[in-house]
Amino acid sequence: MSVTAGFGGRRGDDDERLPPGQYRVDDFPVLTAGPTPLVETDSWALTVRDDQVERTWSWDEFTALEVESVTTDIHCVTHWSKFDTQWAGVSVATLLDEAGVRDDAPYAQVYCYGGYTTNLPVEDLVDRVALVAHTFDGDPLEVEHGGPARLLVPHLYLWKSAKWIRGIRLVDHDQPGFWESAGYHNHGDPWLEQRYAGD
Amino acid sequence: MLRWRQATVTQRIAETDSATTLVLDVPGWTTHRAGQHVDLRLTAPDGYQATRSYSVASAPARPLAITVQRVDDGEVSPFLADVARPGTAVEVRGPVGGWFVWEPNTTDRVVLLAGGSGIVPLASMLRHRRRLGDPTPFHLVYSARTPDRILYRDELAATTEGEHVVITLTGDDIPPDWDGETGRVDAQTLRRHLPAPSGGLTYVCGPTAFVEAAAASLAVLGYGPTTIRTERFG
Repeated sequence: MSVTAGFGGRRGDDDERLPPGQYRVDDFPVLTAGPTPLVETDSWALTVRDDQVERTWSWDEFTALEVESVTTDIHCVTHWSKFDTQWAGVSVATLLDEAGVRDDAPYAQVYCYGGYTTNLPVEDLVDRVALVAHTFDGDPLEVEHGGPARLLVPHLYLWKSAKWIRGIRLVDHDQPGFWESAGYHNHGDPWLEQRYAGD
Repeated sequence: MLRWRQATVTQRIAETDSATTLVLDVPGWTTHRAGQHVDLRLTAPDGYQATRSYSVASAPARPLAITVQRVDDGEVSPFLADVARPGTAVEVRGPVGGWFVWEPNTTDRVVLLAGGSGIVPLASMLRHRRRLGDPTPFHLVYSARTPDRILYRDELAATTEGEHVVITLTGDDIPPDWDGETGRVDAQTLRRHLPAPSGGLTYVCGPTAFVEAAAASLAVLGYGPTTIRTERFG
């Protein structure tokens, strides 16, 4: 570490809420690898499956499930964090229960409209706050932020919170998703600063 | 594993009133691919650190250069754009990103759509093409607010064979001597300047509103979503 002459920096009151290498923003930047897919709610569906069972919800069925609301900080691997974001949706634990998938599968693959994929351990979905969110700040989730519905796993870097989610598949073997195959960390814990492969 | 490396500013180039290119000497740096970015870290005397990501502006195998657009209320960009000088010590980590990259001989044709400082990683691709003398046709449409916000203006204008460069101004005050395009990028603009959507890859970089509009316009022209790669900021 060497000092950058002339750089003072700006310190906030809430720096202990910032994981290492992050800075606070008040807007809501967008990061997506391709064009924004437009998914109408009348053709939208969400599927949860394992190697035995499969359950699909239409938009009306999905939005009739019990709603959970969370207020949470979110952290993007590109170094911004946003505090106190307000979300509502259906908890992933509820979806897994309703689907009746096996409870001993170690890994989840998440796949999306537009082709994006990500992977994470099931325990990150069931032991922590994890939603399929349809509401942000009290309004329907905007399409550039992943609407009609996105995964929200706020304790991991935001690329794990896959936009335009279409399904979750529980599997025995971990398989890297889109960014995990392109140089980013397989797990992505911001407090351990797991940004890139090997961190 | 990507490690933090000591880096020293060796050159600063004022690109516009609000944007500066910094050339960095990074001992041990290998190289990057055109379109990738780096993390850059500054350390204050009391140990406080700030980290940001910047697209690489230079061609692969050339000295590492970034172009920083000053954000007036920003924490890092005013320092980099206005204060950093040859000799200034920073740290860099990278290169990062294996998706928004162009490699020679991988595609029949390349379309580049840039909004504002979104030109930076696309300039790296164009510089790479020129440096190698690669024949892949390149079509660049670059949207800037005003002439004094255009980055790399003379360099972009010095097209070589197979390059088509169009700059469109979106601001209110278009100078009378402006002979390029005007207005925001939409399907009509792109239809005038882009080839039919067969083969090739399209790279779109800029602010979110630009990328959304550009990607939607490409869809109108029939460009397939899987052939479009995007990078957004702000």
